[in-house]
Amino acid sequence: MLRDITIGQHFPGNSLVHRFDPRLKLVLTIAYIVLLFAASNPLGLALSILFLAGMYMVAKIPFKMILKSLKPILPIVIFTAVLNLFFVAGEGEPLVRVWFLTIYAEGVRYAVLMAVRVMALIAGTSLLTYTTSPIVLTDAIEQLLKPLGKLHFPVHELAMMMSIALRFIPTLIEETDKIMNAQKARGAQLDTGKMTDRVKALVPVLIPLFISAFRRADELAMAMECRCYRGGEGRTRLKVLRCEKQDYIDLAVCIVCFGVILASRLVFPNF
Amino acid sequence: MADIIKVEHLSYVYNPGMPNAVTALDDVSFTVEEGDFVGIIGATGSGKSTLITHMNGLNRPTSGKIFIDGRDLWAEPEKIRDFRFLTGLVFQYPEYQLFEETCYKDIAFGPKNMGLDEAEIQRRVHEAADFVGLDPALLERSPFELSGGQKRRVAVAGVMAMKPRILVLDEPAAGLDPEGRDEILSEVKEYHKKTGTTVLLVSHSMEDIAKYANRVLVMNNKKIAMYDTVEKVFARAPELLELGLSVPQVTKIFLKLREMGVDVPADVYTIPYAVKMILNAKSRRDAGESLVLPRKEVQKGGAAEC
Repeated sequence: MLRDITIGQHFPGNSLVHRFDPRLKLVLTIAYIVLLFAASNPLGLALSILFLAGMYMVAKIPFKMILKSLKPILPIVIFTAVLNLFFVAGEGEPLVRVWFLTIYAEGVRYAVLMAVRVMALIAGTSLLTYTTSPIVLTDAIEQLLKPLGKLHFPVHELAMMMSIALRFIPTLIEETDKIMNAQKARGAQLDTGKMTDRVKALVPVLIPLFISAFRRADELAMAMECRCYRGGEGRTRLKVLRCEKQDYIDLAVCIVCFGVILASRLVFPNF
Repeated sequence: MADIIKVEHLSYVYNPGMPNAVTALDDVSFTVEEGDFVGIIGATGSGKSTLITHMNGLNRPTSGKIFIDGRDLWAEPEKIRDFRFLTGLVFQYPEYQLFEETCYKDIAFGPKNMGLDEAEIQRRVHEAADFVGLDPALLERSPFELSGGQKRRVAVAGVMAMKPRILVLDEPAAGLDPEGRDEILSEVKEYHKKTGTTVLLVSHSMEDIAKYANRVLVMNNKKIAMYDTVEKVFARAPELLELGLSVPQVTKIFLKLREMGVDVPADVYTIPYAVKMILNAKSRRDAGESLVLPRKEVQKGGAAEC
């Protein structure tokens, strides 16, 4: 069950999307999120999803992976959709009126749009993590935030913390799986039984997990010290990120696509 | 005696239907008699660990069936928890599963989940602690204050306290010093003898398996390569070596001796038996009998003196 969490998971490959400069990819992903909210009409949203689907195709990532990344946030999507459904008040006659609950056509429209938007958002950001290894991604973040270093913002430390955190997600998931199995073997009710029993059963999982997380952190800190890690000052990199011609072409294509999507909203505001 | 474990055509696939689907077990069938001590060996990735997680229903077979004590494990999935108490499973590095404030409470976790009353739990905890040689004074201490070996004992006791009919241990001696290894394994053997519990022991050490088990299951490439008594399996030492597994040192020596043309048995796998065979050979030589294998060339040298 825990294996379903795909956030931060890398799906190795050598496609155009994989090779795209991570800094530009990161910026474009953020732009894409903005776009999802800016082009909020159904047509704009449809085009955005089409664009994303195209990107997934280029990256050769199976569509199953999208479903997998959406699965954990499904409850949130449903929750917000239901809330929107009931609380967005529209003009005119409500569609349904049951006791104190009223549903307007506007609410339905808004709920669907919002749900689709959130799912596209997750799928879009998942594409970034699928096609970019965590190390490269934090490199990109570090470089993009570099100007903040002038304001004594600890950019390198932040990037290091992020890369360590990302690096340990799979490890901790694996560890949780193991501990859960061990406790299940002793009769802990994690997959069976009543809800209250299941919640109580989390204690035997969380305590060993925390202990092992601290132990790992300790060992890692020790290993870093042993290799004389001193932080970012004067540190050179193994791989220096450089934008090539191909990257600029990709960037241009994306900007044009984004422009078209945005324009669609202005040209056909009613769709 | 009756078969307590019966596995029929068990196959297991991780992530079925995904591009990264991996077959971990491929058509595995075997039976274990009640009261047996079975050693499971195999190279890393041969499917040992996956196999043992099927024994108490932590993994559900992709195909095939498992019968524990004559009952189909997955006939009623909602009752799978009953089998967790029937088959006690000790994972690799079990000390990382400890979580309670005191060792006593941690050992009592399993029995408590079984719904036993306080007196019975207390009896079982003390009994289990006794089996693993844990000082009763340590029971009121926090498990996190103990040494690695002691923690391991607490964890093993936690499973023994459930009094399972089958005890499965995945490398219980991994990472312990030689003394700790011997201790913990002899304690398991002692437990096996006293309670008659069926034991499955996963280990990389041929010496350990030779010493404690009476049957050996050899896994290779997701299948069972051999499953027989210890003597018969170690008599096939060349095949074991071919599978990338080692054989006990003493077996190697005897095989080498045979290769050199000395008439000694090939199925020697423990030191006491080896000593007996050597003395036997010596007395035969002293009596003027030839120790040379008939069909092989004589290459005796000082070999018979060994």
